Amino acid sequence: MPPFKDLFKGKQKYVTVKPTSIQTEQPDGLWTKCTQCGQLTYTRELAHNLLVCHKCGFHFKLSAAQRLAITLDEGSFVEFDSNLVSADPIEFPGYAAKLEKTRQATGLEEAVVTGQGTIGGYPVMIGVMDFSFIGASMGSVVGEKVARLFERATRQHVPVVMFCASGGARMQEGVLSLMQMAKTSAACARLSEAGVLYVSVLTNPTTAGVLASFASLGDIIIAEPGALVGFTGQRVIEETIRQKLPPGFQSAEFVLEHGMIDMIVERRDMKKTLASLLALHERRHEAG
Amino acid sequence: MINLTLDFEKPLVELEKRIEELRNFSREKEIDLSEEIATLEKKAEMLRREIFDNLTPWQRVQIARHPRRPTTLDYIGLIFDDFIELHGDRVFRDDGAIVGGIASLGGRPVTVVGTQKGRDTKENLARNFGMPHPEGYRKALRLMKQAEKFHRPVVSFVDVVGAYPGVEAEERGQGQIIARNIEQISRLATCIVVVITGEGGSGGALAIGVGDRLLMLENAYFSVISPEGCAAILWKDGSRAQEAADVLKLTAPDMKRLGIVDEVLPEPLGAAHKDREGMARIIKDALIRSIDELSGIPPRRLVERRYVRLRRIGEFMIREAAQEGFAEAASAGGDVLRATGPAGPKGEAKR
Repeated sequence: MPPFKDLFKGKQKYVTVKPTSIQTEQPDGLWTKCTQCGQLTYTRELAHNLLVCHKCGFHFKLSAAQRLAITLDEGSFVEFDSNLVSADPIEFPGYAAKLEKTRQATGLEEAVVTGQGTIGGYPVMIGVMDFSFIGASMGSVVGEKVARLFERATRQHVPVVMFCASGGARMQEGVLSLMQMAKTSAACARLSEAGVLYVSVLTNPTTAGVLASFASLGDIIIAEPGALVGFTGQRVIEETIRQKLPPGFQSAEFVLEHGMIDMIVERRDMKKTLASLLALHERRHEAG
Repeated sequence: MINLTLDFEKPLVELEKRIEELRNFSREKEIDLSEEIATLEKKAEMLRREIFDNLTPWQRVQIARHPRRPTTLDYIGLIFDDFIELHGDRVFRDDGAIVGGIASLGGRPVTVVGTQKGRDTKENLARNFGMPHPEGYRKALRLMKQAEKFHRPVVSFVDVVGAYPGVEAEERGQGQIIARNIEQISRLATCIVVVITGEGGSGGALAIGVGDRLLMLENAYFSVISPEGCAAILWKDGSRAQEAADVLKLTAPDMKRLGIVDEVLPEPLGAAHKDREGMARIIKDALIRSIDELSGIPPRRLVERRYVRLRRIGEFMIREAAQEGFAEAASAGGDVLRATGPAGPKGEAKR
C-alpha cells in the first residue's frame, strides 16, 4: 500500500512563502498558497475566512484546537481523558519514537481531542480528530477516548458531535487498532439505543477503518465540501482495476450523490447548522 | 499452473519424492529395500515436524493463503448436516464472495455465514477471489438478523484477504456497510461463534468477525493490514512482506496472547489442507462446545457480555498529571486560527 501522503500528491500540499519584498512591508507576513487553485492569500486573511480559500472555496485542514475554537461557544470547552497516551503494545519498530516526535511537533497527546461544550447554547459531547497526529489514525487511545465519549453521552443523554478525519486504523498497534473499530461501533450502537442524537461530520480526509466504524454511524452525517471520503485508498483501487479513477471520485460530493451522507455544509455555516440540528433534537418535557 | 508447494516445504517434498522412487524401484526390480525406505520415512517425519513446529509468521501467512486450503463451503459440507444455502441481500445482488444459510450442527439448527474463495480459477472469478462487495456484507447481516429472529446460534467463517477495493464497492458504500455490520452484529440477540480459518484481512474480516467466541486455526492470521501493505508503508517496499509479517504480530498464538481470540485450534500435521476431515472434526468439536456454553446465557446478558468483551480491547497508558494548556488554547476563540495558521498535511496511516 502506498505511503499516505502520496495518495494526495499535488492536491493536499500547501506551501507557505515569505517573499522578501513583502516581508519588509509586513513583518508578520506569512502567505499561504492554496492547495487546489494556487492562489496566494495573506495567512491572516485566510484565517479570518476560517482557512477556506477565497478564490476556489478549498477547505484547508484544521487542527483540533482550531476546530474547537470555531465550533464551540467561547470558553465552553472542557476536555476529557487528556491523560490517555499511547503505549507500544506490539513493540512496533519506530513507533515509540514516532509518537514522541509527533507529540513534540503537534503539541497534541493523541489524534483525537474529546470533551464537552456548548454550540449556540446547546450542550454537546464533542470529539475532534487531528490529521497532523500520525494521520489521525485510530489506535487504542483514539478508540478508548471515542468510546468513553459515547458512553458519557449515553449516560448523560447529551448529543454527540464528532469531527472525523483519519487515514484509518493505526498500523503500529496491529490488530488492537483494528478492534477499536468494533469497540467504537458497539459504543455507537448503545448511544443509538438510548435515543441520543449523534452527528458525524466528515472532514478531509475520512477514510478506511474510521469511515468503516463510528464515522459512518451518525444519525446525521455531514461532510465539508471537497473532503475525501472513502474506504480504500485510491492508489490501491487503481492498482486493482488497472484504470485511472475519474476526477471527484470519493469526494464529499460523490458520496452525497451515492446516498452515503445527508449533506455538505460549508465551514462558515457549520456551527449554525449544528446549532439548528441540536435545537430540533432538544428533549421536550411535555406535561401529562 | 498453481504452485502447490510452498518454498519451505521443498526439502520435505524432495525427500518424499525420493521415497516414492525407491518404492517404485523396489517393486519393479523385486528387491527388498524396506529398511532403507523406513529410515527415510522416519527422516521425513522428523523433517515435517521440524518445519511445522517452527513456522515463521510469513510461512503461516503462506499456508493461510494456500490454494488448496479448505474453504467455507468445504467446512460447511464436512461439519454440518442438511445445509440449505440462502441467497441475496434483498437490495441489489447476490454476492458469491459471501455464502450463508441454515444447517444442523449435531442436531441443533444454526445459521452459517462465511466468506467464500474459489477453489479454481473459474470459481475464483465468479466469487471475486473471495472479496465481498457491500451487498455480500448486507447478505451476511440479513441472515444473522434472521438467526436472531428464530433464536438460532450463528457460526461465522472468516477467510478473506480484504473487502473488495473497487469503484462499485466504493459507490455502494463499502465503508458504511462494514460500520453498519459491526454495529448491528455487536448487538445481535443470539450467540455468535466466529472461526478465522485462513486470512483475517482487516475491516473486510471484522465485518463478519464480531462475536461471543473467537476461534482461530493455528495457521490462520488476523491483521489490521496485509503484510505487503505494511511493508509498502514502512519501508516503501512491498516485497519485504516477510519482515512485516513478523512485526505485525498477526499469528494465532499472537492473537491468543493479545486476548483477541479465545481458542487456537490445532491443525493436522502439514496444515489443514493435508487432512480436511481431521481439521473439520476439530472445528466441529470446538463449535459444539462453544455453542453449548453460550446457548444457556439469556440474550440480553449475551449482548452485554459481548460489549464488555469488545470494550476492554486496547492498551494505553494513563499519564499522571494531565497536560495543561491545550484546553485554554481551544477555548480562546478565533484567535487560535490566527496564531497558528493552516494545519499541515503531515503523517501517514494505513488505508
